[in-house]
Amino acid sequence: MKRFFSIVLALSMILSCFLFASCEKKRDEDDDWDDDTEDVSETEEDEDDKRTREEDSADRYTEEDEETEDKTAFKLGVICLHDEKSTYDKNFIDAVKKVQRELDLEDEQIIFKKNVPESKACYDAAEELVDEGCTVIFANSFGHEPFLLKAAKKYDDVQFCHATGTMAHTEKLPNFHNAYASVYEGRYLTGIAAGMKLKEMMAKDPTVIPKIGFVGSFTYAEVISAYTAFYLGVKEIVPEVTMEVQFTGSWYDEIGEKNVAKNLIENGCAVISQYSDSMGAPAACEEMGVPNVSYNVSNAAACPNTYIVASRIDWAPYLELICEKAMAGDAEDIPTDYVGTLETGSVALTEINESVAASDTEETVEKYEKKLKKGSLEVFDTQSFTVTASDDKNKNAATDANGVLISYMADVDTDSDFEADTEAVSQDGKSFEESKYRSAPYFDLQIDGITLLNAKF
Amino acid sequence: MSKVKSKVKSEAREKKKSAHEPLFHVAKRDRIPFWKSILIRFGAVLLAIAVCILFALIFADVSPDMLIKSMVDGTFGTERRQWLTAEALARLLGIALALTPAFVMRFWNIGGEGQVLMGALASVTCVIYFGGKVSEPVLLLMMLAAALLAGALWGFIPSFFKALWNSNETLFTLMMNYVAIQLIEFMLVFWNPKHPNMDPLPHGHLNLFPSVEHYGDELTMIVIIFAVALLMFIYLRYSKHGYEISVVGESENTARYVGISVKKVTMRTMALSGLLCGLVGFLIVAVFDNSVSTETAGGLGFTAIMVSWMAKFNPLVMIGTAGIVAFLDKGAACLNTNLGSVQIDNFLTRSMGENAPTGIPTDLPNILVAIILFFIVGCEFFINYQLKFRKFEFGSKKTERKEEAK
Repeated sequence: MKRFFSIVLALSMILSCFLFASCEKKRDEDDDWDDDTEDVSETEEDEDDKRTREEDSADRYTEEDEETEDKTAFKLGVICLHDEKSTYDKNFIDAVKKVQRELDLEDEQIIFKKNVPESKACYDAAEELVDEGCTVIFANSFGHEPFLLKAAKKYDDVQFCHATGTMAHTEKLPNFHNAYASVYEGRYLTGIAAGMKLKEMMAKDPTVIPKIGFVGSFTYAEVISAYTAFYLGVKEIVPEVTMEVQFTGSWYDEIGEKNVAKNLIENGCAVISQYSDSMGAPAACEEMGVPNVSYNVSNAAACPNTYIVASRIDWAPYLELICEKAMAGDAEDIPTDYVGTLETGSVALTEINESVAASDTEETVEKYEKKLKKGSLEVFDTQSFTVTASDDKNKNAATDANGVLISYMADVDTDSDFEADTEAVSQDGKSFEESKYRSAPYFDLQIDGITLLNAKF
Repeated sequence: MSKVKSKVKSEAREKKKSAHEPLFHVAKRDRIPFWKSILIRFGAVLLAIAVCILFALIFADVSPDMLIKSMVDGTFGTERRQWLTAEALARLLGIALALTPAFVMRFWNIGGEGQVLMGALASVTCVIYFGGKVSEPVLLLMMLAAALLAGALWGFIPSFFKALWNSNETLFTLMMNYVAIQLIEFMLVFWNPKHPNMDPLPHGHLNLFPSVEHYGDELTMIVIIFAVALLMFIYLRYSKHGYEISVVGESENTARYVGISVKKVTMRTMALSGLLCGLVGFLIVAVFDNSVSTETAGGLGFTAIMVSWMAKFNPLVMIGTAGIVAFLDKGAACLNTNLGSVQIDNFLTRSMGENAPTGIPTDLPNILVAIILFFIVGCEFFINYQLKFRKFEFGSKKTERKEEAK
C-alpha cells in the first residue's frame, strides 16, 4: 500500500511538470493569436518553405552526389571559450554561421566545442575534433594557444588556426596559424565619428571641455593599441583633445565597467568608449546621457540616445579563406600570420546611429576609410603624436627634441624573457608599423595627451 | 479512581488527534534491507531519467534516443573518450578520497579545491626554479614533496584553529579556497607580469607507462589513484587511525572517554586530507598540465564532496559514484556538441523570434545533470525515512473503537 502511494506521488510529480509545460505552450500560442493572427499563417508558410527546401536539398544530393561527397569530407571544428551569451564569442559564432551559409556547408560539417576553458580541456577538445574527422580546427581565445600548439605538433595532417595568438611566426609549424585584424583602423574611424560629435557638442555648449574617456580591461598591447588609435581619430578632428583611461582588470565585469564609466563622466569626459565585453559602460552612458562608441556589437537598440557607432572584427573573411583552402587541398597555403584589414572586410563598422552622431559623420568617416585603404593615411603616423620617453615610461622608445618617435623596440617574439626584439618604426621614420611583424597588436607606447588613471592590471 | 479518569482523558485526546491526522507523516526507518535500498536507488535513477527525457523533450525538442545516445556516445563512443572518462573518474575519485577521512570524522572539509590548487602551485614553483638544473626524477620527487607539504599545510591550518579555538571549519576551509586562488593569480602575475597565462613548462613531466601508446598519461593517473583508493579503504577499515577517526566522528565525548586525543586526531586527519589533495594537485600538474592556473582544479574540489557523500564515505563504493558523475559530465559535454547547431523549433524559440539561438541552450545538459543528481541524493531521504500514510478507518474499526471508549 505504502509503496503504491509513493509511486502515485512520484508519477503525479512528473505529470505536473508536463502539465505545467503544456500550459506554457498553450499560453504562448494564445498570445500569438492576440497579437497578430498573421503570425500563425506566417509560421505555417515557414514550415512549407522549410519542407520544400528540404526536398530541394535532397534532390541536390542525388544529382550532384560526387560534388557533395568531396564537400562532406571537409569538416571544421570550432573551439569557443564561452557561448553566445558573451558578445566576444557570439561575434565568432555568427561569423561561422555566415561562412556556413556562403559555402553551403551542412550542419554536420561544423562541430562546435563551446565553453572550453584555457586548460588541458582545450587540448582534449582539439583531439576529439580530430577524432571526429575535422581537417581544420579553429580556436578563439588567447589562452587556448599553448594547448592548441601541443595538438598541432601531434597531428601534423590537421590545420590549426588560432585567433589573437602570437606564437605561429616563431614556432614555424606548417600546420599552425595565427590570425588577427588591423582593428586599430576601425578604432581610428570610430574615433573620427566621436571627434565630430565632440566638436559639435563644444560648438553648442561652451562648458564642454575637449576631454574623452576610455574604459579599459587590462594594460595589454591589444588594449593600448585600441585606445590610442581611437584617441588619434578624435585628435584628427579636435586637435586639443585629451583622454583619460581607467582599467577594470577584467574582460567582463558589468558593475566595475559601469562604475569606471560613471567616474570618467564625472571627471568631465564628454564622450566614452570601451574595450570590454559587458554592457556596463554603454548602459552607464545611456543613463547619464553621454555619447558612447562601442566595440563588437551595435548597441543601437539598447542605447538609442547615446550610441554613435561601433567597430568590430568580422571573422568571416578569414574563416572563409581557411575553409576554401582546406577544401581545395591547399591547406599549406593558409598564411602563418594573417592580418585582416578594411580591404578584406575583416575590419568593419556597424551602422552609424544618425540620431546621435553629428551631421556629415558618415561622409567624413567614409573619406578617412578611403584614405586608410589607399595607404595615404597611417593610423600611427609618427607626426600625429608625441611621446615622452624616460626610464620608467616608454623605456624602449627614442624620440627627437620635439618628442616625435624615431625608434621603438617592440616585444614581438613571444619568448620567456619578454624582451623587446623588433624595431617597429618604419625605415623612413613616418609611422609605427602595427601588425606588420605579427598579426596580434604590439603597440604599447604611452603617448602624450592620454592619462592613465590606474595601471595596475 | 483518578487514574481511570486520566486514562479516559488521554484516550479522548488520542481520538481527537487521530481526527486531525495528516495524510501522511515521516518516520525514521530502523533498518532497511539491502535489496530494498538498492531498489529505491534504482527507482530514483529511473525516475530521474524519465524526468530528464520529458524535460528535454518539452523545453529543447530533443528526442529521447538522441539524448541517451549522446550521453553514452560522449562517454564511451571512441577509445579516446573511454580513456578520458576513466581519467576524469580517477581525478574526481582522487579528490573525493582525500576528503573522505575528514568527512568520516564529521569535519566538513569544503577546501579540497584550494588544497589541490596549493599542491599544483607548489609543484609548478619547483619546476620554475629547479627545472633543467636537476635531473628529472629528482625534480619530480621535489615536486611531489612540495605538493604534499603545501596541501597538508592548507588542510592543517583550519584544523589547527578548530582544535584550539573551535572555529567553524566549513567557513574556514571554504575561505582557504579563495586565498589559494588569489595566491595563484598573484604568483602568475609575479612570474610574468605581461603574460599572466602560464604556458606548459618543458620540465617535470611524469609518465609511468611510456610504452603505452597515446594514453600513458591517463593510465598513470588511473593506476596511482586506484592504488590510493585501496590504501584508503584499508586505512579507514583496518588501521588504528581509521578506528580513531570513526570514533571521533561518532561522538567526541566517547573518544575523550576512551583516551583518544580529539585535537590530535583532528589535526592529523586534516593534514592527511590536505596531503592527498596536494597529491592530486601534483598529478594534475606533472602528468597533464605542466602549468598552473586558477582553473587547474576546475571546481572538482566541490564536486568531489558529493562523490564522497553519495558513497557514504566508502572508498570502494566511491569508484562507482565518481563514475556516475564522470559519465554525466562527459555525456553532458557531448550533448552540447552534438546538438549545438541543430535549429530548435518549439514554443520557446518561436516566442523569441529573430533572437532565437541556434542549438540547444548550453545550460540544458547541466540542468539534466542536476536533475539526476537531485534524485540520486534525494532518494537517500526515502532510505533513511519512510512515509507513513493515515490509516483509512472503515466502519468496523470505528465501532470497535467506540466500544473501547465505552
